Amino acid sequence: MPDLLLELFSEEIPARMQRRAAEDLRKLVTDALVERGFLYDGARAFATPRRLALHVAGLPPRGRDVREERKGPRVGAPEGALQGFLKSAGLASLDEARIVSDPKKGEFYVAVAERPGRDTIDVLAEILPAVIRSFPWPKSMRWGAASREPGSLRWVRPLHAILASFGPETETPEVVPFEVDGIRAGLTTYGHRFMAPQAIEVRRFADYLPALERARVVLDADRRRDIILHDARDLAFARGLELVEDEGLLEEVAGLVEWPVTLMGGFEERFLDIPPEVIRATIRANQKCFVLRAPDRDGRERLANAFILVSNLVASDGGAAIVAGNERVVRARLSDAAFFWETDKRTRLEDRVERLGAIVFHEKLGTQFARVARLAALARGLAPLVGADPDLAERAARLAKADLVTEMVGEFPELQGLMGRYYAEQQGEDPAVSAAVEEHYKPLGPGDRVPTGPVSVAVALADKLDTLVGFWAIGETPTGSKDPYALRRAALGVIRLILSSALRLPLLPQIAAAAGAHPASGTAFSGDVLGFFADRLKVFLRDQGARHDLIDAVFALPGQDDLLMVVRRVEALGRFLDTEDGRNLLAGSRRAANILRIEEKKDGRAYAAAPDAGLFALPEEEALAGALASARDEAARAVAREDFEGAMRALSALRAPVDAFFDRVTVNADDPALRANRLALLNALRAATREVADFSRIGGEGR
Amino acid sequence: MPDADLQPTRSFQGLILTLQRFWAARGCVILQPYDMEVGAGTFHPATTLRALGPKPWKAAYVQPSRRPKDGRYGENPNRLQHYYQFQVILKPNPPDLQELYLASLRAIGVDLALHDIRFVEDDWESPTLGAWGLGWECWCDGMEVSQFTYFQQVAGVECAPVAGELTYGLERLAMYVQGVENVYDLNFNGGEGADAVTYGDVFLQAEQEYSRHNFEAADTAMLFRQFRDAEAACRAYLAAGEPGPDAADARHRMAQPAYDQCIKASHVFNLLDARGVISVTERQSYILRVRDLAKACGAAWMRTEAGGAAPGSGQDPAGAPAP
Repeated sequence: MPDLLLELFSEEIPARMQRRAAEDLRKLVTDALVERGFLYDGARAFATPRRLALHVAGLPPRGRDVREERKGPRVGAPEGALQGFLKSAGLASLDEARIVSDPKKGEFYVAVAERPGRDTIDVLAEILPAVIRSFPWPKSMRWGAASREPGSLRWVRPLHAILASFGPETETPEVVPFEVDGIRAGLTTYGHRFMAPQAIEVRRFADYLPALERARVVLDADRRRDIILHDARDLAFARGLELVEDEGLLEEVAGLVEWPVTLMGGFEERFLDIPPEVIRATIRANQKCFVLRAPDRDGRERLANAFILVSNLVASDGGAAIVAGNERVVRARLSDAAFFWETDKRTRLEDRVERLGAIVFHEKLGTQFARVARLAALARGLAPLVGADPDLAERAARLAKADLVTEMVGEFPELQGLMGRYYAEQQGEDPAVSAAVEEHYKPLGPGDRVPTGPVSVAVALADKLDTLVGFWAIGETPTGSKDPYALRRAALGVIRLILSSALRLPLLPQIAAAAGAHPASGTAFSGDVLGFFADRLKVFLRDQGARHDLIDAVFALPGQDDLLMVVRRVEALGRFLDTEDGRNLLAGSRRAANILRIEEKKDGRAYAAAPDAGLFALPEEEALAGALASARDEAARAVAREDFEGAMRALSALRAPVDAFFDRVTVNADDPALRANRLALLNALRAATREVADFSRIGGEGR
Repeated sequence: MPDADLQPTRSFQGLILTLQRFWAARGCVILQPYDMEVGAGTFHPATTLRALGPKPWKAAYVQPSRRPKDGRYGENPNRLQHYYQFQVILKPNPPDLQELYLASLRAIGVDLALHDIRFVEDDWESPTLGAWGLGWECWCDGMEVSQFTYFQQVAGVECAPVAGELTYGLERLAMYVQGVENVYDLNFNGGEGADAVTYGDVFLQAEQEYSRHNFEAADTAMLFRQFRDAEAACRAYLAAGEPGPDAADARHRMAQPAYDQCIKASHVFNLLDARGVISVTERQSYILRVRDLAKACGAAWMRTEAGGAAPGSGQDPAGAPAP
């Protein structure tokens, strides 16, 4: 069975796109083949920095013949019907149709069309250029003289050559004949850019891999990864060190070389005084090198003054110049870092705070200096509520932003917070303060760790509340997909902080406190901010599997600003509605609500008054009234105790009297006084359930 | 002066001369630096404006680049607030631009059998110029020595055809080929002993003075004023360059002077930024203001002869109506 070999040879493909591109190529080509009825035994795709390759094994040489029969009219049918049949079947005359007899229908015409299967190579010549033209690169470009015209070929980087061969192993395969924007498919590829740049003729996959290996190209990315990892571990082991493994970096460097050559370089021991995160950030981000771990000393993990680099060249000097060059760059980078580290340590964090006055946080919200003053006051106020020492919380807030004006954070903005912590530790701050300086930014994203140290929590909450309230005060609120100040993230951060530490923290007073720091802002927007929290909490709980409608049902109650209680109530409500009593009560209260809605609308009035016991005509009315009074009372007391399970239990006692009421009592009695009193009774049921949630917001069948 | 002194491995100026000769031999016009302060060689109108429109263009030049924030008072061996870029622009890009680039490295003394050259993804974007392109950082043994970009859009205008842009970091390359660890130790003229002039002899004092200026002294009130003035002047010149409703020739007549004011606004913004008087949040709005100017200049340029507009028309060659 014949094979397809396809290679798209281009300028360097970004490492992060290679794996996905190979997979896309495989899928697009094989899907197109299958769609046209061409099955195959197996397909595999590969990527290097300069090529995408695809091998499809076991394709048929040609497609299956297709025979189609089309039934026509009876023999002797009217001329119009016969002509219509000839036309639609594409026949010149009735002589070309067969006549078939059927015992029931008699004789009729049948047109038989036989379409021979197409040669696979011709089908490939259609599929491949179409796949290339519409390839789903995350970012693609135009290039060269062709880009003068609109609609020229787009590729991730300029595409230079296409190798496409098709044929059985035993015979000489043929070129798949196609052309894309002036690039004609052929049998030529090229080896390693520097070590074997010559053209190579390849006819089949079995020759392709070894030919590339001879030309210093390892086609398979996983093999390149294995080679790098294996060699890196060996090099480290030989020196008594351990590789700090880094999946993302490994994948990236495997996509930066066609022929990995792993080498080790070193740097001066004195650089190890720099925090390891800084060394690693510098060497990884800028140099794409691996760092190494030295054996523990006094039980403390430490980095070694060496690194692993992966080059793309077997150099004529054994790599000495390459190592020397990389060491120079690493040394220069670490010198910068060491300079920043030493310079920064000379100034205490508190002495930097004033310089925050030169950094505008937002033109309408003042400088970072002003912001720090607000954070300090807020954190101090929050401290008792989160179990933190007010002095420590205020201190941490005062220092929290000071690292923004350090050299190191100027250079590596991604180290903000972490560097503040190092500098705080260096100047002997309380450990809780140092930790809070780092952690007050957290949690950053949905996957980020949530701090739980009370001082950290106080400052983290202050940071986020000030941001939220500040931007609300100046009307810069998120709209649609636009959230330039990441206010959604800030609100989610507050929610996660509160829930992780199970904090009782009614938000309205905190919003008011934060707003108080913004002169003349007023607090008219507090309700909006709270609504924003409610929306975020809904999203958060929904992601955790909670029901959207239950959250709505709880938030519909007035004054719900204690997020922990909201969550507890939603949980209890969910469990209650999973019980038979809960479902029945929900059905009953829904029925009551429906009747009330209709009747209140009809009468143009509400039935909000308490039912009059003197007007009860049936025992079920009396029973329900009694049950309502005690259930409501009990539920309210349970809610006051924050015992939501208890509140639900109290309500479940309503089930039997409600059911009995609906069984036996006609609400719309002829006597208007009776009717009004019964409607008032239904209203009392609605009011009782509102002790725990607004049942009218609960959707579905209670499930 | 003996020729040996002008070997790119011996002198900074030799490196420049070698690159100039190399690209001159490949059909480039060798221009001189633009006579305004710019943050990168890309701002030179020979790149920004000439990258636009259908006409072929090949140019190479050295451009002093000012990055006020990168000043280190002459104390950092690798970082300067004023340095040189060697800029090459080829429109349309030739199919063998990567090979040409590698040949230019060979020409300045980089042995490609000894050194690890890599093309590492670097999508270039200049928010202030409304420009983007795809390409790479070119690494030599782990050091970024050049940027290689296929322009896709400049000043908000799609490039048709695409130009290839090469930017060599001259000091870094020179440090590499001279084997020097500190930029101020670079041999500038190739002389030996008492005849040697170093990069430090030429620039150290300037780095100290300009660092002081950029971080401590630059008059921010004046700079804020200059920013507004340049912005207003750019708009005024664009308006003044309009041919008027009854003119026979609808082409724009003053795209380049207007663009000068855009360059000026950009540099003034960089200075204000170095002085630390622009917040993260305000930055964006300043960048957008410069970009608006760049886009307006690009649109005007497309309506000039060099931008490809035919005489008598205000139309760009693609036939789109004049903006």
